[in-house]
Order: sequence, then structure tokens, then C-alpha cells
Amino acid sequence: MSGNEIVTDVVIIGAGPVGLFAVFELGLVDLKCHVIDILDRPGGQCAELYPEKPIYDIPAFPEISGQGLTDNLMKQIAPFGAEFHFSQMVTNVERLEDGSFRVTTDADEVFVAKVIVIAAGGGSFQPKRPPVPEIEQYEGKSVFYAVRKMDDFRDQDLVIVGGGDSALDWTLNLEPLARSLTLVHRRDEFRGHADSVNKMRKLVEDGKINFVMGQLGRLEGADGQLSEVFLKTAGGEMGIPATRLLPFFGLTMKLGPVADWGLDLHDNALIKVDTERFETSEPGIFAIGDINWYPGKLKLILSGFHEGALMSQAAKRIVHPDAKVVFQYTTSSTSLQKKLGVA
Amino acid sequence: MRIFVTDQTGTEHELEALEGWRVMEVIRDWGLNIKAECGGACSCATCHVFVDPEWVEKLNPPTDEEEDMLDSVPDYEANSRLSCQILMSEELDGLKVRLADSASQDAAA
Repeated sequence: MSGNEIVTDVVIIGAGPVGLFAVFELGLVDLKCHVIDILDRPGGQCAELYPEKPIYDIPAFPEISGQGLTDNLMKQIAPFGAEFHFSQMVTNVERLEDGSFRVTTDADEVFVAKVIVIAAGGGSFQPKRPPVPEIEQYEGKSVFYAVRKMDDFRDQDLVIVGGGDSALDWTLNLEPLARSLTLVHRRDEFRGHADSVNKMRKLVEDGKINFVMGQLGRLEGADGQLSEVFLKTAGGEMGIPATRLLPFFGLTMKLGPVADWGLDLHDNALIKVDTERFETSEPGIFAIGDINWYPGKLKLILSGFHEGALMSQAAKRIVHPDAKVVFQYTTSSTSLQKKLGVA
Repeated sequence: MRIFVTDQTGTEHELEALEGWRVMEVIRDWGLNIKAECGGACSCATCHVFVDPEWVEKLNPPTDEEEDMLDSVPDYEANSRLSCQILMSEELDGLKVRLADSASQDAAA
């Protein structure tokens, strides 16, 4: 195998609150973690969906925001030096002869770990796909849900759909490159930053872009190459010549490739675990937080923290089968306090 | 009190609802195909429903926050609402809604 493999004790999939706290619990038992997340920053669902909204059921925090919780967890786990690998998704997990796992991501990073902890919440975030017939055949060729390379849009007839910051930002950024650009949104109000909205409106005024109030209807083209986008508007159907389409309807979560790893699932959507170790049907692969299922499961951040604590004891026995696992409290153990950098 | 929910396959379900509960919670607790991934924080739009035209006017109008989230549903219609923003009350006894495809648990991507 290539020499670029990252060898570690534990790979944690998901950098939401539960994945982050798992770093802490695993750190207390001397296990080193690498954390992989599809988002570009830690916090998972609670930082992505409701960064500013208060959460009221975290012990000792009568009220804390999703972002505040994330920031505090990052501070709490700092002593353990976990390494983060953002903006990538685990695509493949393979068992090696010695019982450890080789984990590959879509960014071609390769990890070798004795333990995998799936803390992926509701799954991995994926762009929402509009319900447009046959849109799949255009995806990756002329329909994109993100801009990876701006040059792909140079001299194209571009249609951007959406009313949030992604739609506005890419309207502003791609306008100088595109041959023509039409922004489509269901109403004449936008969720984006006021400054972006103003800049976009100025481009419309100056005749540099078009704005159409309406919704995506159907696509026309051949072999994945788009030629026309048809919109549903108050005045009826309207066709716009287009070679590229960028729909921005935000993100939603899907189980993703985890579903293909052969783990026992509950209702085809949640990973079955035992309640002693929170191990899946595959020894050495654990699942904690919202993604797991067992009788009586409550989808609470609190539950995920508890599951992480028990998982870490079992993970320790896998990584260091001969070591004696001594249960200690952070309040009284000098050894734990040294690990935390406070003694 | 009751609500009538037509699922994505066209089947109508008569569900018992409790005063003060969110319509999303009722639909979810009865096990219908609703994702509601943010849990009712008006932050995801995966509890999207179409309200029966006869009931649209009886609901409180959507807040700006709900309108903003409705911008992120790809299958918006004039009677679109987020079911987490509809609180059950006596006046809504008999409410009829239809689950949007974008509210399906396996929707998108």
C-alpha cells in the first residue's frame, strides 16, 4: 500500500457534538483519534442547522447555542490533539488481515485504525435535489450543486436557483465569467446578506444578469448536456437557454455509504448497536449518537455523550487488549489531570 | 381532535392530535414518512406539507423565519407550510395536509 496511510488508534466519522466528545472519552483512555467530516468545520448538525438557536438540555448549560456547544467541546478536547479531516466523506471501509481497518475517503485520504467510531448523526450532509424529471442524467455534466472550479462556468449560459447566500454568492462570483446568467427564486425576497442582495440587484438594474421569479420546472438537453431550463412562473412556463444549472436548496442528511458497509441496520436507516459497548454487528466498529439504534434509544446529545463514554472503554480493550483498564474520575485522578494538562 | 394526513403515496391517514402539539410531531409520532431532521427548530424544511386549500386561511400566516426556510424546499407550492410551525388547537380540528416529497425520510441527494 502507499506510504501515505495515516495510522491511528481510532477513526471517528462525524465531527458533531457526539463525535467531538468521543475524542475526549477516548483521550482519557490514551487512544489517539482522527476525525473525518463532510462539512468544512466541526459541529455537525447543530452547528450547520441551528448555530444560533439555543439548546436547553445540555447538563450544566441552562441555555447554549449549537455553535457555543461546539466551541466549548473543541476547547475541552484540545489536550488530546485529535486531527481533523474536513470536507470529505468516508467512502470505503475494509478489514485488514490483522483485524484493523483501512478507511478511505473521497479526498483519497487513507487511514489505518484498530477502531472505527461512527458518530455521523443523521448521516452525511448532501445537497437537496430538486424534483425535476431526469435531472440525474445532467448531474456532474451540466447540473451542479456546488462550484468546485469556477472555470467550468466560463462562457456558459448559467441558471442559478435559490434565495440564500450560496445562490447570491455564486451569482456575484460567476457573473463576470458567464456568457449569460439568470437567477431564479420563488419570491422577490432573499435570505442572503443585505450587501449581497444589494449587489445582485445592482447587476439586474445594470442589465448584467436576469432575475426571474419562479421555480424550476423541467430541463431540456441531450447526453447530459443541458440546452434549456423551463421555469414555472406566474405567467406560465418560461424557457431559458442554459448550458449550466446550479440549484441551491441547502443540505439534508442521508446515511450515505455507511449503508453499504454490511452493518445490521434498523429500519434501513439506523445502525444497530448493543447497549454495553455501542458496538455494531461488526466487531471494532462502534456507532454512537443519533445514527445508532437500540431498544429505548433517545435521540439526544446527552445520550450520545453517555454512549461515547461506554464505547471508549470497549475501544481501549480492542486497541490495547493486554492493558488493564482502570476506571478513574477526572476530579481525583492525577493521571487523568496530567492528560488534560491541569496537573 | 384529529388531523388528516395524505402521505407521499396518496394514502390518507386519520391521526389523533393533541392541543398544543406541532403537526410535525403528530405526523412523526404516528410513524408516517416525515424526516423533520432539525426536530422542530424551523431550521431544515424537511417537515414540508401542502395544506388543503380549505384550511390555508385558518392557519396563522408563516413567519419570516418560516418563509426563509420554505425557500429551501425544491417543491414549493402556494399552500406550502412547515408542519413544525403549525400548532394544534380546537380551530384546527380536522385539518388536512399532504406530505411533500421533500419531507420524505429518503428525500434528496
